[in-house]
Amino acid sequence: MSFLNLTLKVWRQENSTSSGRIETYEAKEIPTSASFLEMIDIVNERLIKDGEEPIHFDHDCREGICGMCSMTINGIPHSKERGITTCQLHMRKFKDGETIWIEPFRANAFPIIKDLVTDRTAFDRIIASGGYISVRTGSAPDAHAIPIPKADADAAFDAAACIGCGACVAACKNASAMLFVSAKASHLNHLPQGAVEKDQRVLGMVRQMDAEGFGNCTNQYECEAVCPKEISADHIAKLNRDYLAASAREATS
Amino acid sequence: MSAPKNPLCSFVSSSIGRKLIVAITGLAFVLFLAGHLTGNLLIFAGEDAFNEYAYFLHHFLHGAGVWVARLGLLVCLVLHVWFTILLTKENKSARPKYAHQATVQAPKSSRIMIWSGLTILAFIIYHILHFTARVGNDYNGDRYQTTLKTGEDAHNAWLMVIDGFSWWPAALFYVIAMTLLCSHLSHGLASIFQTLGLRTKKTAPLINLTAKAYTLVIFLGFISIPIAIYLFGFGCSCK
Repeated sequence: MSFLNLTLKVWRQENSTSSGRIETYEAKEIPTSASFLEMIDIVNERLIKDGEEPIHFDHDCREGICGMCSMTINGIPHSKERGITTCQLHMRKFKDGETIWIEPFRANAFPIIKDLVTDRTAFDRIIASGGYISVRTGSAPDAHAIPIPKADADAAFDAAACIGCGACVAACKNASAMLFVSAKASHLNHLPQGAVEKDQRVLGMVRQMDAEGFGNCTNQYECEAVCPKEISADHIAKLNRDYLAASAREATS
Repeated sequence: MSAPKNPLCSFVSSSIGRKLIVAITGLAFVLFLAGHLTGNLLIFAGEDAFNEYAYFLHHFLHGAGVWVARLGLLVCLVLHVWFTILLTKENKSARPKYAHQATVQAPKSSRIMIWSGLTILAFIIYHILHFTARVGNDYNGDRYQTTLKTGEDAHNAWLMVIDGFSWWPAALFYVIAMTLLCSHLSHGLASIFQTLGLRTKKTAPLINLTAKAYTLVIFLGFISIPIAIYLFGFGCSCK
């Protein structure tokens, strides 16, 4: 097994009100087989042993589906590798002696709780404004009970892959949440169960998104490039279309 | 999911609504550019053709046509500039800066839209003062009076353009402004389709290609005039 010695430039911040700073740490003898989060674990063990405050970061499943690991690596959320979360990034992707910049996802709508831990409950409030279906669900229906065209089912499934990690917001120079909102709206709007409340959903979610202080999309598609689930910006075009239609219907109703 | 009181108000104050206004007014300018360029290129068809065209523009609908167009363009300009400045200010304040900045795929042109846009705005003001209001020059003088083949007295717009671009700072600023216009269009034109919700994975390559091709035609078309006049001396023997 080969080992790496790295220099880490890490954002340290006491709490949401204090101002943060970049601190430098040496990450010594990191196995190339370690994941990025395991690398921070190793550094933290040493920090704890030395009586220092460990680097706080969010993590949960460590298998790429929870969306908790909210950090940018060298300025890119979940690193420059495509289609992965930070926990799926391995240290073999780095070179010995490299300097790595680690910062929290930056957006005013995502206040920093501590170090690399950010508060992404703005996303929960957007979901609560329309990202659901208001029917009694009961038990799971038979898969073929409601016929759905294959193309719609596929599009809904692609959108539903969103894990709500917030990388799209962190990558966007405007901190726009359009990819997240469009994926969540598109997921339900493509399906007959969700289409009934399409207009209310789109209007509600977009208004909540604006109220949370996210920026405006300028069509640079950085979001789809960093999305760990590779969700397409096509959903943003659909959201724009659906929002225009919903606004027109709202104005004429 | 509560319904607001005034749907129009909430639409104009929403991020998507304001983007739509920018896209529609941008589209108006994209179409205007094609018309403007077609007219401009008549300069190569000769003095008479260009002056007749200028005469037609100023007398279309008994002279009202040009003012309708100017008013329409002014409204589009005000809306486009106002909302882009508003959106840009919001966008800048929505995200604190990273200590280590990086970009994956956003092209340079998309990142300088506000600056290319403001340069174009400055150019539009200069351009109107130069050739429309004719401030600080003698383009309304006797030298620029001519008679059309049809017998009407008219302004010699053709000679004005030749003289205008024979002065190097004007020709240079014109080319610089057109370069930034090209940058602005290359992102803006394709963006219109996304904002209107017409872009998909299938249509994206066609939209991008069309946007690039259109931008190139606009760029080459417009710069051909100052370059032909200043560098190749087009029209100077007719003085």
